[in-house]
Amino acid sequence: MTAIRVAGLGKSYQVSHAGQRRGYRTLRETLVETAQAPLRRLRGRRSAAQTTEEFWALKDVSFDVAPGEVVGIIGNNGAGKSTLLKILSRITKPTTGRVVLNGRVGSLLEVGTGFHPELTGRENIYLNGSILGMSQKEIDRRFDEIVAFAEVERFLDTPVKRYSSGMYVRLAFAVAAHLEPEILIVDEVLAVGDAGFQKKCIQRMGEVAHGGRTVILVSHDLPMVGKLSNRLIWIKDGQVHQTGRPAEVIDAYQSHAVQVVQQEAVVDLSSHPNRSRRYTPLLKQLRLFGADGRPASAFPVGGRVDLEIDLRRPSGVAETYASVDICDLGGSPVGQLSTETHPLLGTTGGLDCTYCCRFEPILLMPGEYTLNVRLGDMEDYRDVVMSAARFTVLPADHFGSGRLPERKFGPVVLCGEWTVN
Amino acid sequence: MSTGLSKPPDSTDAGDLAPRHDAADLPGDPRLRTVIEPPQGWQVINFGELWRYRELLLFLCWRDVKVRYKQTALGAAWAILQPAMMMAVFMVFFGRLAGVSTGEIPQSLFFLSGILPWFFFSTALTNAANSVVGSERLITRIYFPRLAIPFATVAAAAVDLVVACGLLAAMVVGYSVAGYTIAPGWTLLMVPVAIGLVGLTAAGLGAFLAALNVAYRDFRYVVPFFIQLGMFATPAIYMRPTAGEGEAVALLRALNPMNSLIETFRAGVLGGPVPWGRLGVAAAIAVVVFLAGCLYFRRVEERFADIV
Repeated sequence: MTAIRVAGLGKSYQVSHAGQRRGYRTLRETLVETAQAPLRRLRGRRSAAQTTEEFWALKDVSFDVAPGEVVGIIGNNGAGKSTLLKILSRITKPTTGRVVLNGRVGSLLEVGTGFHPELTGRENIYLNGSILGMSQKEIDRRFDEIVAFAEVERFLDTPVKRYSSGMYVRLAFAVAAHLEPEILIVDEVLAVGDAGFQKKCIQRMGEVAHGGRTVILVSHDLPMVGKLSNRLIWIKDGQVHQTGRPAEVIDAYQSHAVQVVQQEAVVDLSSHPNRSRRYTPLLKQLRLFGADGRPASAFPVGGRVDLEIDLRRPSGVAETYASVDICDLGGSPVGQLSTETHPLLGTTGGLDCTYCCRFEPILLMPGEYTLNVRLGDMEDYRDVVMSAARFTVLPADHFGSGRLPERKFGPVVLCGEWTVN
Repeated sequence: MSTGLSKPPDSTDAGDLAPRHDAADLPGDPRLRTVIEPPQGWQVINFGELWRYRELLLFLCWRDVKVRYKQTALGAAWAILQPAMMMAVFMVFFGRLAGVSTGEIPQSLFFLSGILPWFFFSTALTNAANSVVGSERLITRIYFPRLAIPFATVAAAAVDLVVACGLLAAMVVGYSVAGYTIAPGWTLLMVPVAIGLVGLTAAGLGAFLAALNVAYRDFRYVVPFFIQLGMFATPAIYMRPTAGEGEAVALLRALNPMNSLIETFRAGVLGGPVPWGRLGVAAAIAVVVFLAGCLYFRRVEERFADIV
């Protein structure tokens, strides 16, 4: 008997041409549109509805999960993982397909759901527990364990708005961690808090995962999800791309990301294979130049790289921000250059423009790195291309000593001076 | 039911579970089986599920009530003070200035017994209408029957009403001791009936407006206006039926269910005659409004998480 059967699942959204999905509207808009309809037909124009597109977040996804199995779901941002979880958690309905779940389902799509700042820790435990699906008796039974796990005994009767963010998050996780459904669906909530508490969280998730419960787990932390899962499903562009043993799938996933990225000085972003389908292509092209002004994709330690990003700014937005973040080949982030943090000079009138970034000095250890490019406004990202380009940092004698530190000490080259008295 | 807790598959298993595309029904305890399918138009009102989630409904109600009076100096006394202040205003404007007569019933009692059920209705309706939009974070993160949201706000308003009825009860006792002929007797049974029907109407209308508000945010501006209008359209709050009333007023009295329910409430509390005919009509309207409102809510609720 399978615990979960997913068959032919699909979910589509209507996306307006501006690239955003804003579900609600005002009555005025609907009335105006309806009033204008006969006029539009007279003029032979297309109806207003055709200015929206259908976007399939998930398409024909099928898989089975056996009772007690732990299945991890990985994939790029915008691949559809969260949509899948939302459907499994009954938050949103599918457009096609069917899911059958055998057993009590508990969903953790975030910690602290329903927490109210005015209520005390004790009251929030009951409220949150109830929202997660625990009965009052269950909460009574596990109350002391929850409090002990969260380490907030002394502050149980203080309103949660007075908690530090660490305490808040510990309490939220503690309640969620003591949920005991037969099927558990978890979305990247896992390790929260400081290092010590994070270890506790991961350990607890391990206990839950191997306690005979059926678990579906989404995370970007590949090593962790690989360790906890019996099986991995890789979702790409809304479909199941590969499923199998964790080690195999992670390997395939990582080499895919790296393969796709050519080591080139001029990268086309608008039809980049790693482009997230969620966004309209506003980022157009990325160019890298070395200190001599010529296109390059390898740079010495302590050198300079000039990045140029051709993009189209979203219309109707006051301020747009561009950012480039650098990751090493394993996917660990190293640093970010962004117009929010670093000074931005110059102005531009039109929507099409080029953002240039001078990254100097390159204080990164020799090796290969990838770049993620993002464009956003004050509220949200408008376009993102992950692993857009790859570049190499070449060893160079930056300090004049003929040596650089060993790579094991980290990706950053620190500058400093020693004197002795 | 046996949960089939077999040993978790060996991590060396090949991931060779070829999914079959027939979604044939699986064996297992049907009580614990959940089937998720694309939306299918009109949905049945899920009373069974709401009953299973009753604890959550009570917790949400408890949360609303607690939060409302946290950090206020007067706390729950506001549940009494607000209607009491309105009663005072009515006594000045309708009683003194407009010269409306309330017959043998003391003015304060007359007005308060009209104000309390109206307050319950208007608070429940206003809060319910904004409840789903206000619970956006909950709706997009966790599943529970969404009707619990507006229902919980109606329940929270009922709690306030019960507290305020304390004042009403004290006044009734005080006045009858002071010599007025106020003899509720068996008519007290009509009080919960009237309140129940008011609650039902508020729940139905509230669910309807809550659902509308998710798609069309305009309604949050429209609701307060219509409630104000509603108060004027419910003469029972501030006026006794008099012989010289115009036809319009008589029509309002007959058709507006809130009117009949408030009259019933007042009769229940003060021992007057119960308007059975109009009460029957109001009860029928309440049930229809409740079912229609909930049906509409259920039809639209599947899209809440996508558009809120």
